[in-house]
Amino acid sequence: MNASVEPAAVTATPARPAKRRKTLPKPLAFCARLCRERPLGAVGALICLLLLFTGIFADLIAPQGYNAINPIDRLKAPSAEYWFGTDQLGRDIFARVVHGARLSVIVAFAATTLSIVISALLGILSGYFGGRLDMFIQRLVDGWMCFPDLILLIVAVAVLGPGTWQIIVILGLLFGISGSRIVRGAVLSARQNVYVHAAQSMGASSTRILWHHILPNVMAPLIVLYTTRLAAVILAESGLSFLGLGIPPPSPSWGGMLSLDGRSYMFQAPWLAIIPGIALTVVVFGINMFGDALRDMLDPRMRGGSGRYLARVKRAIGV
Amino acid sequence: MGAYVLRRLLALIPTLLIASVIVFGVVRLVPGDVLDLMLSENAYSSNAPDDRAQLEKALGMDKPLYMQYLSWAGNALRGDLGESLWRNTPVTEEIGARLGVTLELGILALLIALIIALPVGIFSAIRQETLADNVGRSFSILALAIPNFWLGTLVVILPALWWGWSPPTEMTPFFEDPIENLKTFLVPSLILGTSLSAVIMRMTRTMMLEVLRQDYIRTAWAKGLRERSVVLVHAVKNAMIPVITLVGILVPILFGGTVIIEQIFRLPGLGQLLLEAVSTRDYPIITGVFLVTGVVVMLVNLIVDLCYGYLDPKVRFDR
Repeated sequence: MNASVEPAAVTATPARPAKRRKTLPKPLAFCARLCRERPLGAVGALICLLLLFTGIFADLIAPQGYNAINPIDRLKAPSAEYWFGTDQLGRDIFARVVHGARLSVIVAFAATTLSIVISALLGILSGYFGGRLDMFIQRLVDGWMCFPDLILLIVAVAVLGPGTWQIIVILGLLFGISGSRIVRGAVLSARQNVYVHAAQSMGASSTRILWHHILPNVMAPLIVLYTTRLAAVILAESGLSFLGLGIPPPSPSWGGMLSLDGRSYMFQAPWLAIIPGIALTVVVFGINMFGDALRDMLDPRMRGGSGRYLARVKRAIGV
Repeated sequence: MGAYVLRRLLALIPTLLIASVIVFGVVRLVPGDVLDLMLSENAYSSNAPDDRAQLEKALGMDKPLYMQYLSWAGNALRGDLGESLWRNTPVTEEIGARLGVTLELGILALLIALIIALPVGIFSAIRQETLADNVGRSFSILALAIPNFWLGTLVVILPALWWGWSPPTEMTPFFEDPIENLKTFLVPSLILGTSLSAVIMRMTRTMMLEVLRQDYIRTAWAKGLRERSVVLVHAVKNAMIPVITLVGILVPILFGGTVIIEQIFRLPGLGQLLLEAVSTRDYPIITGVFLVTGVVVMLVNLIVDLCYGYLDPKVRFDR
């Protein structure tokens, strides 16, 4: 055995760059593929971009701010002056929805990023090192996942108090722990690759193997997890704010705008109940559609109820 | 089957243990001291002693943390979850009075979800890519994006505006007048059920599509069986197995939904008890509700596991 040559040949395995190119195509080519294969996913992507744009430029789109009180114009119906009408304090609903988009973007991205980092850390630790550590982490996750998300959130808010930062941390932790299962699964299958065994037998450090061999394999599920979590975080935040436990007023959370405090005014001014809900629904719809499309394109193993499977099989066998 | 049941029951013990540690730990994270809080709010409460050391002793908080946990867990095992801070009633009594409402709402919602989702999902799969299929799928996409608290709010507000009709909010106990009771629960459980049905519908459709392509189904067709028996006798049975798992996964989500729906329709369930306790900082009640929801979810998952083992003999002999 010429052991001196073999290892070099193994380290030169082009697996990583090849894999990269396959799972993360160039942005433009990817967009084209998205429009061609999943038009609904492209619509979803457009909605996500619109949300981002609104969030970033909220100050330019609605310069009067979300809390400009105007008692004379209270409970005005939608008109040319107030596109979406006004609420019981005379605040412009349009401005509040626009600034609500900013709040949603901040909470969604911060909490989702935190949750993905937690999922990746826990999942990789648990899946790669295995043994007792895996056993311990998995039992913890089991125990954690027994509790309904919303109940866990309510208790956590009761303990930490309401507020934007608290919500971000709580949501990040909650979804991070439950998401670690998916990462662990991906790590377990990535660990079986021959090149990982080769690297291990050559004495590569765990850090190196994790960074160069495991992480690239886990990227696709992580990206998919990220998009699905975005929608879940937005829904959870608005649900909490609806119950009055999320982001405290006067911050314009869409869920908070629908909350029971404003219920009595909604009978006089139904647009108070309708418009924030439409904003929420459209955004969640957009993220869901984009996420589904991403999942089908990046990580076929996670495919759920997309219904395109038969179409693809038909195409493959030429029917 | 007996060994399988035993194994599932044994597997429950560590999960229950960790869940109880989580409940205990999370509520103990309270910033600031519960003691200070109780002393400062002493004026409103009749049973709290006014001396700090005395109070510490009465609550058992002078002992080390693990002792506190052990005595709390021991009491919990004997069905003693302590007393409400403000009302002097045992927590178990408070929870017992509310659990029925939540369970009724949850079970009705699940039934409605299954009644909507299973036929539509199955029909969608056997008539793939037809108008009916597309209508069914659009419905599930929409129902996934609409937050249930928004749907609930609209159902309370819009009919009241248009026809002067609003859903009943007075609850009659089931054993007093079952019809009146079901009338109260009809609208809330319809809303909850509709939003749940979307996920089940998608899963049913995907699983049916997968099963319908298998060889034994082709054999059934080749034998000249009628469509009805191919679909209902041969395909549905196997397609239902993953759907049952999904129902297990949905139970925590259902629990979260009941909290929100109870709040909208003013049903005196567990969720409302929890929210009341959060606003009055009644920690024994918060801890109790938290624990009970976790245990209920665990038991439902146990039942799901057992059904799974019954339907799919492979599961029973695994590991």
